[in-house]
Amino acid sequence: MIEARGLTKRYGDTVAVDDLSFEVRAGQVTGFLGPNGSGKSTTMRMIMGLDKPNAGQTRVNGVNYHDLPWPLRDVGALLEAKAIHPGRSAFNHLWALAQTNGIAKARVHEVLDIVGLSSVSKKRAGKFSLGMGQRLGIAGALLGDPGVLLFDEPTNGLDPEGIRWVRNLLKDLAAEGRTVFVSSHLMSEMALTAEHLVVIGRGRLIAEMAVSDFIAQSSRQFVRVRTRQCELLTRELQATGGTVVSEEDGGLAVTGVPAAEIGAVASSYGVVLEELSPQAASLEEAFMELTHDSVEYGAAEPSGPGSDSSEDSDRLIPVGK
Amino acid sequence: MTLITPTAPTTIAPVTRPARSGHYHWRGVLRSEWTKMCSVRSTTWSLVVMFVLSIGIGILATATEASRWSHASLSDRLLFDPTSLSLTGLLFGQLCIGVLGVIVMSSEYGTGTIRATLAAVPNRPMILAAKAAVFTALALVVGEIISFLSFYIGQGFLSGSAPQATFGQPGVLRAVIGGGLYIAVLGLFAMGLATIIRHTAGAITAFAAILLILPLISQALPSSINDVIARYLPANIGVVMMTVHSGFRSDAPMFSPWTGFAVLLGYAVVAMGVGGWLMTRRDA
Repeated sequence: MIEARGLTKRYGDTVAVDDLSFEVRAGQVTGFLGPNGSGKSTTMRMIMGLDKPNAGQTRVNGVNYHDLPWPLRDVGALLEAKAIHPGRSAFNHLWALAQTNGIAKARVHEVLDIVGLSSVSKKRAGKFSLGMGQRLGIAGALLGDPGVLLFDEPTNGLDPEGIRWVRNLLKDLAAEGRTVFVSSHLMSEMALTAEHLVVIGRGRLIAEMAVSDFIAQSSRQFVRVRTRQCELLTRELQATGGTVVSEEDGGLAVTGVPAAEIGAVASSYGVVLEELSPQAASLEEAFMELTHDSVEYGAAEPSGPGSDSSEDSDRLIPVGK
Repeated sequence: MTLITPTAPTTIAPVTRPARSGHYHWRGVLRSEWTKMCSVRSTTWSLVVMFVLSIGIGILATATEASRWSHASLSDRLLFDPTSLSLTGLLFGQLCIGVLGVIVMSSEYGTGTIRATLAAVPNRPMILAAKAAVFTALALVVGEIISFLSFYIGQGFLSGSAPQATFGQPGVLRAVIGGGLYIAVLGLFAMGLATIIRHTAGAITAFAAILLILPLISQALPSSINDVIARYLPANIGVVMMTVHSGFRSDAPMFSPWTGFAVLLGYAVVAMGVGGWLMTRRDA
């Protein structure tokens, strides 16, 4: 369990993290989502006691990180890829960390096995690829068999197979009852891995919700219709119970009425259709829209450019949840 | 749009395991720092270069002196200090130990391993003290070995042609032990600079400037000023510590060997103290 309350971090005049509060629960993968530079890494470093917040606090398992008696046995973290001395072997890197927390040498071999680096454990880490460095970082996080795990962009630099491996690892760790907090700037990646989301933009909380809710709310499925008899069709579709929004280029976005029925309504009133196409906004688009708004206007004011995106933002952003 | 299907909420008990008693402690942290220090090539190479350079230059200096002793002037003969001469190589060895002291600290920052280190041991003064203790112990052992070997080899080269020093003579043992002590504490001072500066190149530059450039500046100043500050310069303290005959190599007044050593130790402690204070205040 990880808690952040009123967390604020400033670098000079720049506010990197702004009054951020959230909770990460055990037993599920929680995605920490935000555009690059939104304060995810800073937040994670503050949780790990590496950076000092200007205000607010973080707690891991109910205590300040600095008060953990055996930090690595409670919390494991992958904060940056290849944060390893290039001249030191993977084994020695992990062994030095293990010694500080009274972790046995056998466990070092075990985690090297888990991440698939046993065969190169004596090689100097400077020769490692980015992906191997990422795996070594993950091994470091798992070293103390901790109940709380933080991963900052763990799939960076990994090939598709590696990405799938990380995804499954995160899910397995959560299924074992651990707290898994993983940052990413890709919504699509989180949709495949996480069950819960903490979304931030410009250091502020935008949303804290279940991934399933996010998907349900953001699957903007609608039918695009183009015709010269807009007014007639709009009236008749609204009578059928649909919602019609005019788009800037003269098309109509219809929700609540399936495409086939729109066709039937149109034909029964003699309306000539120039386009009738079902549309689905991708999750990534929904996320971009969400964070784009936050970046431009701040999280508290969910008004986007144009009337229809403002309506969507209202639905998407449960501010202050 | 086929993404994930929301799974039914399952209640999973958080991972709980029997609480392990105690707290991370000095022994583990010291061992860890030892592992880190021994597992990189830069340590081995710095020490090998230091060893070869120091002893090699000691041989060169004593062999040269032995061959030209018969032509030496009276004043040269009067000021001749066979102990100091045999330890000449340590004046080059001091650069190696400084570089190593810097690298041991700054490489943690340069590579980002400092964050893994501090995540494992959030007590920053403890990490710094453990690193300083392990490094200083290593520097002391290596420094003393080099100092004693230089002395024995150097006296061997002098024997037969020029006067030799023996441990029976006053001040000789003190100078040879002093050579190793000087190396160890100077290394600690360099490590303190690196803790403050955190960048390898910057810290090495600062160290070299203090050790090599400051004496040149001091000598260029009027002797009234030089007479006051020369004794405080680390390089001069080192020369005095490794010298048996006072007045050797310098005109300005100097501290006695042990007073000088205390001053040098003070520099190291202050540098480490400031570094440690900054370390607890700064973001890692």
